[in-house]
Amino acid sequence: MVALEYRPGERLAGDRRHLGRGLALWLILLLAVMSLISLGSGASGVSAPAVLMNWFSGQEIAATDRVVMFDIRLPRLLTGILVGAALAVSGAIMQGLFRNPLADPGLLGVSAGASLGAISAIVLGGWLPVAMLAVVGWYLVPLAAFSGSWIAMLVLYGIATRRGRTSVVTMLLAGIAMAAMISALSGLIIYAADDTQLRDLTFWGMGSLAGSSWTKLAAAGPVMLLALIAAPGLAHGLNGLALGEAAAAHVGIRVQRVKTGAVLVTAAATGAAVAISGGIGFVGIIVPHLLRMVAGPDHRWLLVNSALLSASMLLIADMISRSIVAPAELPIGIITAVIGGPFFMWVLLSNRSVVDR
Amino acid sequence: MQTASKRLPLDLRPAFLLPAVAALTALLVAGPARPDPHPDARRIVAIGGSVTEIVYALGQQERLIARDTTSSYPAEAMELPDVGYMRALSPEGVLSVGPDLILAQEGAGPPEVIALLRDAGIPFETIGSGTDGEALIAKIQAVADTLGVPETAEAPVAALQADLERLADEPEEAARKRVLFVLTLQGGRVMAGGEGTEADAIIRMAGAENAIQGINGYKPLTDEAITAAAPDVILTMERGGGSESLNVANEELLSLPALATAPAARNGAVIRMDGLYLLGFGPRTGKAALELHDAIYGDG
Repeated sequence: MVALEYRPGERLAGDRRHLGRGLALWLILLLAVMSLISLGSGASGVSAPAVLMNWFSGQEIAATDRVVMFDIRLPRLLTGILVGAALAVSGAIMQGLFRNPLADPGLLGVSAGASLGAISAIVLGGWLPVAMLAVVGWYLVPLAAFSGSWIAMLVLYGIATRRGRTSVVTMLLAGIAMAAMISALSGLIIYAADDTQLRDLTFWGMGSLAGSSWTKLAAAGPVMLLALIAAPGLAHGLNGLALGEAAAAHVGIRVQRVKTGAVLVTAAATGAAVAISGGIGFVGIIVPHLLRMVAGPDHRWLLVNSALLSASMLLIADMISRSIVAPAELPIGIITAVIGGPFFMWVLLSNRSVVDR
Repeated sequence: MQTASKRLPLDLRPAFLLPAVAALTALLVAGPARPDPHPDARRIVAIGGSVTEIVYALGQQERLIARDTTSSYPAEAMELPDVGYMRALSPEGVLSVGPDLILAQEGAGPPEVIALLRDAGIPFETIGSGTDGEALIAKIQAVADTLGVPETAEAPVAALQADLERLADEPEEAARKRVLFVLTLQGGRVMAGGEGTEADAIIRMAGAENAIQGINGYKPLTDEAITAAAPDVILTMERGGGSESLNVANEELLSLPALATAPAARNGAVIRMDGLYLLGFGPRTGKAALELHDAIYGDG
């Protein structure tokens, strides 16, 4: 008879935990390389090494070169990294919380809320008091999107929580009902929109990093960063939740705290990401899946690796978006879907036996 | 919920927002109301279909190096590099063509991109828009002034004024024909041009009356509303360079139950015109309005 005895240090067949750390190192390297390529590429042909060389030696840099390097490419690079990381980490957390491979932040009403906020700002903005317009200016759409995502999330969380316990199933079902209500409201506002506003809405929905700036990054960056720093703290709890809520509680996991944490981190990360970049689809689902297939579902590495891989992928997508129709730009949401869709399909089909099990 | 526009309020209700304009100018380095002249600019990016058209009408096309997606007339303009849709510009894309002046129609954006372009030291001039004769003349003059060649505006402005004068003796209110502008026809549902649309403006300029009153913007209409509108003439756009497949067929249009009882259906009065020509509000608008007038009243 074979003894099913666990000896510490021994690796069982199928155990892929050890892959996580190695993978993380490779992904850091990949992100570093992608960042450098991203800084060095763009429609204008401004050379990153030349500009940096002049900068370090204290020489005068042409205004155009300076703006391209430090005000366009650099904030755009950082925004891309943060948005990519935030979207994938949110996706991974949601899939862990709902124990469902198709879960995404949309289940919290975050996406619908954000788009209702953006739509309201774009269409109804003109009616706002003048004094308020002067204060918030162009950041109204991001602000409204972020507030919208948080309001939707808080309402849903409130509905699903009774006597200090959050029911994931209620959240899921109420989320569907709320998404329908919110999109009806959005539809009503869209009906009142004029042609240019409709155009703005369409472009917002396809996502873009083109509007990245230091000011926007200063507003949304810390929120995403905070969420990303807090995320690994949820890893242990999410691993426990994979056993089911009751079992997780039995092994000593404070289930309610994990749920609350997961919801807050996701709403912060996704809300801020959507607010500054619009709707960039698909990375939140594809990246965590890819990594689970390669290195297993252990959240301790899954969350970190999702952030790293997704950041690199978004940088690649952004490079394509700004070079493929240069000097114009294709919205990045189109690229992530066009490339991500078939790629994901291919991964699924070639790993069919693993997925079906 | 937070609601307001990310656009500069310049293009909203001007009287209502005047204080905001002043505040924002100070706050956000917004564009000056009157553009500065740039006679030495030789590498100009034109943003906005009508601005590009005006540059050509002024004979200054040699100075253009790029255009936006909405600039599709004249045909030569299409050969210039396209820097993207005027409301979704890419900062590095615009800089990459090496411009020394960006000439944009009001509403170009997004605003943060325009702020970046200004930071890069590229003059960015905004040309106001409007849909009446005076605004159009002011627009042509503004482009000419900005290009530093005010005298070139004389000919196109004179031609436009002549066209507008010919339109000035419009028919008595009772004799005005009612025109229904059909933007699209999807599954038999008419998307019509209400008040405040370019279609409404050109119909009025042509001395006719928009059959759709009390509705703002381009909206899908119920059959009963169309029956009640009882248009004398139906106006629609010619699409896809005259390819028949994209056009709404006359028979299809006139056989709609909602339109079957309209005077337009009895007379077969359907007018088709090129979209940018009809609705672009550029230097050709006077001609377009005249042509529309003649087509409506059949006294060409």
